[in-house]
Amino acid sequence: MENYISLFVKAVFIENLALSFFLGMCTFIAVSKKISTAMGLGIAVMVVQAITVPANNVVYHALLKEDALSWIGITGVDLSFLALLSCIGMIAALVQILEMILDKFFPALYHALGVFLPLITVNCAILGGSLFMIERDYNFGESVTYGVGSGLGWALAITVMAGVREKLKYSDIPAGLQGLGITFITAGLMSLGFMAFSGIQL
Amino acid sequence: MSAILNDETKKVLVTPLVNDNPITLQVLGICSALAVTSQMSTSLIMALALTLVTACSSAAISAIRNHIPSSIRIIVQMTIIASMVIVVDQILKAFAYDVSKQLSVFVGLIITNCIVMGRAEGYAMKNPPLESFMDGIGNGLGYSLILVIVAFFREILGSGKLLGIEVFKLVKDGGWYDPNGLMLLPPSAFFIIGLIIWGMRQWKPSQAEKVEYKIMSIAHGEGGHH
Repeated sequence: MENYISLFVKAVFIENLALSFFLGMCTFIAVSKKISTAMGLGIAVMVVQAITVPANNVVYHALLKEDALSWIGITGVDLSFLALLSCIGMIAALVQILEMILDKFFPALYHALGVFLPLITVNCAILGGSLFMIERDYNFGESVTYGVGSGLGWALAITVMAGVREKLKYSDIPAGLQGLGITFITAGLMSLGFMAFSGIQL
Repeated sequence: MSAILNDETKKVLVTPLVNDNPITLQVLGICSALAVTSQMSTSLIMALALTLVTACSSAAISAIRNHIPSSIRIIVQMTIIASMVIVVDQILKAFAYDVSKQLSVFVGLIITNCIVMGRAEGYAMKNPPLESFMDGIGNGLGYSLILVIVAFFREILGSGKLLGIEVFKLVKDGGWYDPNGLMLLPPSAFFIIGLIIWGMRQWKPSQAEKVEYKIMSIAHGEGGHH
C-alpha cells in the first residue's frame, strides 16, 4: 500500500508530466487561457490517462514483451519494438470508444468534454505516460496508480496555469513578450515551484 | 539540380527557419523537445531524428494522399509516422545506445509531436511528395535551430562544456567559472524559449499576437503604447 501512495504522490508532484517532463506542452500553452476550459481538458486528460495506461500495460505484458506469447505456445519472440505503434493505436481507439460511450450515455458530459477528446489523442502526456510505464516496468496495480496520478498532476498544472494567465492579461508587459513569451516564463516559474518537491524522498 | 531547387522548394525550406518558425510562432512541438536540451549532443540527435521523421513521413503521406479516405486519414498518418519513429528508435538503439538511453521516451514521443502531424495534415495532404519532403526538412530545421540555441546556453552555462568538451574551466577544477545549476534543471528551458520568443518578436514585430486587453495609457505618461 505504501508503495502505491508514494508512487501516486511522486506522479502528481515530483515527476509532474507537464512541469518537469514538458509533456503535453502544446495543449498546455494553447488551452490555458480560461480556468473553466483548462479544468475541462484537465479532467478529460485524467480520465483518458487512467484508462489508457493500464490498458497499454495489459497489452504490453500479454502480447509484446519478450516471451510474452508463451501462453499460446510461442516462445522466443520479442515484439517490444512494436510498443510505440500499439500504444498510439490503443490510445486512438480508446479515445474514440470513450467518445462514443459518452455521447450515448452521458450527453451532458459529452458536451462538456467532447471538444477536447480528439485533441487528447495527440497529447504527448498520454503517450508519454504509457511509455514511462513500459520503461519503468510497472505491474498492473502500479500502472493504474501511475495513470491516475500523472493525469491528476497534469490537470493540476494546467488549471493553476490558467488561473495565473487569467490575471496576467491585465498586467503591463513589454510588447514583444506579451502572449506566448510571458506564458513560457510563467510556466518556468511554476516549474521552479514544483522543483521544491524534488527533495522529497519517497 | 535547378529542378530540385526551384523557388517553391526554396520557399518551403527557408521560411520555417525564422519567418514561420514551428516553435516560436506556430507553438508546435515544444512537447517532447525541451527535456532533451540540457546537453548539446542529445539535442542534436533529437533534432536530426525529428527532421528525418518529418521529412520521410511527409513524403510518404503525400505519395499516397489521393488514396487515403478522409474519414480515417488521422489514423493512417499516425500509423505511417509511428512506423518511421520505430525505425529511428531501432537505429538509435543499435548505433547510439547511450544517447538512446538518455533520450528515453522522448524518441517515441516524436509520434505525437505536433510538428510532424501538423505538416502531414497541413502540407503533405495537398502537395506532391518532393515539396512535402522539403517542407518536412525545412520545418525540422526550424525546430532544430531553436533546440540547438537552447541547448547551447543550457550546456555552456550549466556545466561549462559544449558537446562534452570543456570551454569554461570550472571552479572545482581550479578554473574561474562557477556553473549555474539552474540551467541544468527543467525551468531554465522555459525561460530561454520565452526570451528567444521575446527577441524574435522585437526583431519582427509582425509576429506579435494581438493584444486582448490593453492597459490604458495615462494622458502623456509612459506605460502603454500608442
